Amino acid sequence: MSEKIATRDAYGEALLELGKENENIVVFDADVGSSTRVKNFAAEFPERFFQMGIAEQNMVGTAAGMATAGKVPFVSTFAVFGSSRVADQIRNSIAYPNLNVKIAVTHAGITVGEDGATHQAIEDIGIMRSIPNMTVIVPGDAVEAKAVVEAAVDYDGPVYMRFTRGGVPVVFDEEDYEFKWGKVMPIKEGSDLTIFATGVMVGEALDAANRLAEEGIDVEVVNVHTIKPIDVEGVVASAKKTGAVVTAEEHNIYGGLGSAVAEALGENYPVPMKRVGIKDTFGRSGGPEELMDYFEISAKHIISAVKEVLDKK
Amino acid sequence: MTDVKELEKKAKEIRRSILEMVAKAGSGHPGGSLSATDIVTTLYFNEMNLDPKNPGWEDRDRFVLSKGHAAPVLYAALAEKEYFPKDELQTLRRLDSHLQGHPDMKKTSGVDMTTGSLGQGISAAVGMALAGKLDQKDYRVFTMLGDGEIEEGQVWEAAMSAVHYNLDNLIGFVDYNQVQLVGKTKDVMDVHPVVEKFEAFGWYVIEIDGHNISEILDALEEANKVEGQPIMIVANTVKGKGVSFMEGTAAWHGKAPDAEQLKEALGELA
Repeated sequence: MSEKIATRDAYGEALLELGKENENIVVFDADVGSSTRVKNFAAEFPERFFQMGIAEQNMVGTAAGMATAGKVPFVSTFAVFGSSRVADQIRNSIAYPNLNVKIAVTHAGITVGEDGATHQAIEDIGIMRSIPNMTVIVPGDAVEAKAVVEAAVDYDGPVYMRFTRGGVPVVFDEEDYEFKWGKVMPIKEGSDLTIFATGVMVGEALDAANRLAEEGIDVEVVNVHTIKPIDVEGVVASAKKTGAVVTAEEHNIYGGLGSAVAEALGENYPVPMKRVGIKDTFGRSGGPEELMDYFEISAKHIISAVKEVLDKK
Repeated sequence: MTDVKELEKKAKEIRRSILEMVAKAGSGHPGGSLSATDIVTTLYFNEMNLDPKNPGWEDRDRFVLSKGHAAPVLYAALAEKEYFPKDELQTLRRLDSHLQGHPDMKKTSGVDMTTGSLGQGISAAVGMALAGKLDQKDYRVFTMLGDGEIEEGQVWEAAMSAVHYNLDNLIGFVDYNQVQLVGKTKDVMDVHPVVEKFEAFGWYVIEIDGHNISEILDALEEANKVEGQPIMIVANTVKGKGVSFMEGTAAWHGKAPDAEQLKEALGELA
């Protein structure tokens, strides 16, 4: 297994580096800065760091006001508090006026682990995806996470970025990685079926693909970092090539990557497919890997899903 | 020397515009627009440093209408300031209009923040004031809250943060007209005592009669001298002020007058 780095660590590093180049970047925290890794930015640029206390709604609105004055605010908190808790503030104060606020959340999904269901966002992608003007990005590893933060700064408009608490295998090579805004990224060629994966599931999907190869099943793995807008062309192209699809995400099967891919294929090129994700249930306490098994989203469950879909092909 | 009589005349003009545009639209919020009129008029025609020819001027004073449903009073003031032609007020709430039911900063020239979901405008005002401090600019940020609006928890989150960051460039108003959509504020969810609440949060609070232009002017003069803390001007007002049959009643929170009622109302504001 390759080196594991939490994507929140990459976020914190990227923010610090970008803060040196861009004086308009300001960072907001709601008493979780040591966990979201914005503490490094805070130490280096205290005048551009705003501690807002445990008051996320005001934090989001304050960031919106800052954006009207030309700043590039990063709102940082845990995914549960940066999505459902402030959905209306994001909708009305940021997305509707299309203000240049970046919502960077960490501790997403069930791999938060022991803190349990209240702290495990499994519906945030669905919420954010249904808000007009919002871009939704989930990086697959630390290399991609850094690139995403940089791309978000270059983009003028609201972006929701979702990072992990725990370590994620580094799957991309920093030297030749290139982030293409809004495009899917094929990372392993294959002919029998396509696995579209996002976030922590990119590593799981690659693992599944390698194990399937040993059984003579040749799957394609496509990293979908940008869930909205979904790259319809890229999704359809791979589905046309393989004729079967599995999606893999650390999110509810409703509203996230699986839904986005199903919508793209349903309207353009329907093929047999199955969504691997949280099956419309809340999380629970446990170790991250135990929980991936418990909720049936680890590599072995992707393998079962692949076989199930291939039977229908 | 400020001409109070001129401001009173302007406020009357704005009240007439509010009633005409809401009647023409067939819907809207006259009650809370009329209660806020004297304050908004004083801000736009005497207090704020603005350049209607350059609405995005970065050193301008800002106004955030946190009680966004009072959009008609803001639109009337902006039209009087020539941000857009006054006859466009007649298009309020129409599909082809830039004048949305609630303020939209991307559609209407002169609107500094999109508002409508209550409790959110004050946070944006905090952000604008923080940005002004960060950039060492002299602009001030004004915001207006409804008394019903301060039932929203976010208002108090914002109130805490404005004091924490010593935002003396933030001047708020509570349009304390004591009536909200379904009835009297004290019956719906009593917000009393408003002055003491903001004082307890650390604001510099001034209480005035929100329909007395001289008191509004004096309060602003006092507010401009405050250092190190945000200022809240609690303005005692009358919902529907200026139209006898609308005054003090929840029925006119969100209802348009018909032709007969409009005629009668305008008659009172002649």
